[in-house]
Amino acid sequence: MSTPTTTGTPGRLALTGYAVAQFFLSILMIVLFVLWVVGGVLVVVWVGLGILAAVLPVTRWVANLHRTMAGRTLGTPLPPPYRPLPPGGFFVKARTVLADPMTWRDLGWLLVAPVVGITVSLVVIVLLLGIVTGFIWWFVTPPLMQARAMFDRWFLCYSRTETLEQRVQVLTETRADLVDHTAAELRRLERDLHDGAQARLVALSMSLGMADAAFDSEDPERARRLIKDARSTTAGAIGDLRSVVRGIHPPVLADRGLSGAVSALAIDMAIPVSVDARLPGRPPAPVESAVYFGVAECLANVGKHSGARNGWITLRWTDGVLRADVGDDGRGGADPGAGTGMLGVMRRLAAFDGTLSVSSPAGGPTIVTLEVPCALSSPKTTPSSGPA
Amino acid sequence: MRLVLAEDHALLRAGLIQLLEGNGFTILHAVDNEASLSAALLDPAAEAAVLDVRLPPTQTDEGLRAAIAVRAARPGFPVMVLSQYVEQLYARELLASGVGAVGYLLKDRVSDVAEFVDGVRRVAAGGTVLDPEVVATVMARQREEPLERLTPREQEVLGLMAEGRSNAAIAVHLHVTEKAVAKHINSIFTKLDLPLDGDDHRRVRAVLAWLRV
Repeated sequence: MSTPTTTGTPGRLALTGYAVAQFFLSILMIVLFVLWVVGGVLVVVWVGLGILAAVLPVTRWVANLHRTMAGRTLGTPLPPPYRPLPPGGFFVKARTVLADPMTWRDLGWLLVAPVVGITVSLVVIVLLLGIVTGFIWWFVTPPLMQARAMFDRWFLCYSRTETLEQRVQVLTETRADLVDHTAAELRRLERDLHDGAQARLVALSMSLGMADAAFDSEDPERARRLIKDARSTTAGAIGDLRSVVRGIHPPVLADRGLSGAVSALAIDMAIPVSVDARLPGRPPAPVESAVYFGVAECLANVGKHSGARNGWITLRWTDGVLRADVGDDGRGGADPGAGTGMLGVMRRLAAFDGTLSVSSPAGGPTIVTLEVPCALSSPKTTPSSGPA
Repeated sequence: MRLVLAEDHALLRAGLIQLLEGNGFTILHAVDNEASLSAALLDPAAEAAVLDVRLPPTQTDEGLRAAIAVRAARPGFPVMVLSQYVEQLYARELLASGVGAVGYLLKDRVSDVAEFVDGVRRVAAGGTVLDPEVVATVMARQREEPLERLTPREQEVLGLMAEGRSNAAIAVHLHVTEKAVAKHINSIFTKLDLPLDGDDHRRVRAVLAWLRV
């Protein structure tokens, strides 16, 4: 599927080992298929649900075993393509499983694969065992097992076209969200500048104009007062501009990268928030910014709603995924869908294929996890950790 | 008092030179980038520095890093750091770079000339001057022991001390007598278990304890 890696495709003996394993697995698969049918029929009297719940993980396990073997045989890893199970009760999970096309493809494969599997496996095994036929075994095993692997791949993995179709679907959605988000941000900036700095500069210009006039009318006391007003208006305008700049790209993020900027956020919190940041380099600037504002939003919620006494933040980067956890010991019960803030963060992260998940049982603790796949640039940032 | 000044905006640099020289300071070196700043800070004749946080070449926090570096090389070297925005993180780093003789102010505070010049003098004399915005953020935080033992009034006085104000200035600000301020301050020192030494050092230590540096 992806670029083939040529490192160590299995030899003939290993392939024959796969054939033996697949022979026995085929028998298990027949049993599984029967159980699926029985469970499906018995759903009407509820017992079936229990059977299906037990059969599903075994089926996926068997399918994943075949994916692994096929992946090794073909020299390209075939990762499990199942949709992740959402947190929630039995029926929430069941709905996701039923809506996952791969569940049904597994089922179809269970029906067909044992026939193919037993045939291919028997040919390979018999050819090796019948000593004289070893010659044929030598030549036939690799193409036969590769055909078998391709058969499994065709059933158990999405084709390139299907993967691309799904990708296009996701990209279309996230792009539309991002465009909306950007437009809303620009509107907010325009409003902030218009109501803030711009209005104050107009007032400033007016004060100075009146002071000018006051000098002409030889009222230096009034002129002095107007200039004093002008100065405080200037201070206000500078303050407005500063908060607008912070909203666009916080200077500390540019200076210190994500680790430093998150530490700065933690220090500004009213409750003690500890930061443990271990990033071996810097994420791309847009990702940094999205995660920074995500963490800022989480901390704002901690401050507003949680009633927590302590908070903590961890930043990690493993296997190409940047992960930020924001936790608190507050009362829990946080609902990410309740406010617009978290949804905004989700949209922003989705643009980078990132996700946000919340674990917040009633009574706490609340942990919000932000994950974004990204590469890190050369280690330039200083690691920062310790209590805030 | 001979100063090193670092500020990359020509207009602001000219303004600061005019302002400082008009108030009895001598500008020994006025520089606009990190490399010349590092060189200027090596000048043994320099007695203090006024630095902008953001300087070429990277326009990030060169000024701050230079301040911390010079205070590592020359312990107690007075530095006043100016910035378009203040971060508690940076305030802590500056305060942790040595006891006292450090200031951290928003750039627009310069417009109050008398107070700014007074701030530079206090820093040069070993005091600590923090921007009211930093102080306000610390004020908003839930306090832990032993600072919880301070009365609200004492916390207020401590906040004003962190801004670098003198007893007289605190008295004016709070509409009380200087004697009352001195009483509050003594009570703060006792509650924070600060040993008796030079008054200025105790003030600085109280501020450090307050910021939990």
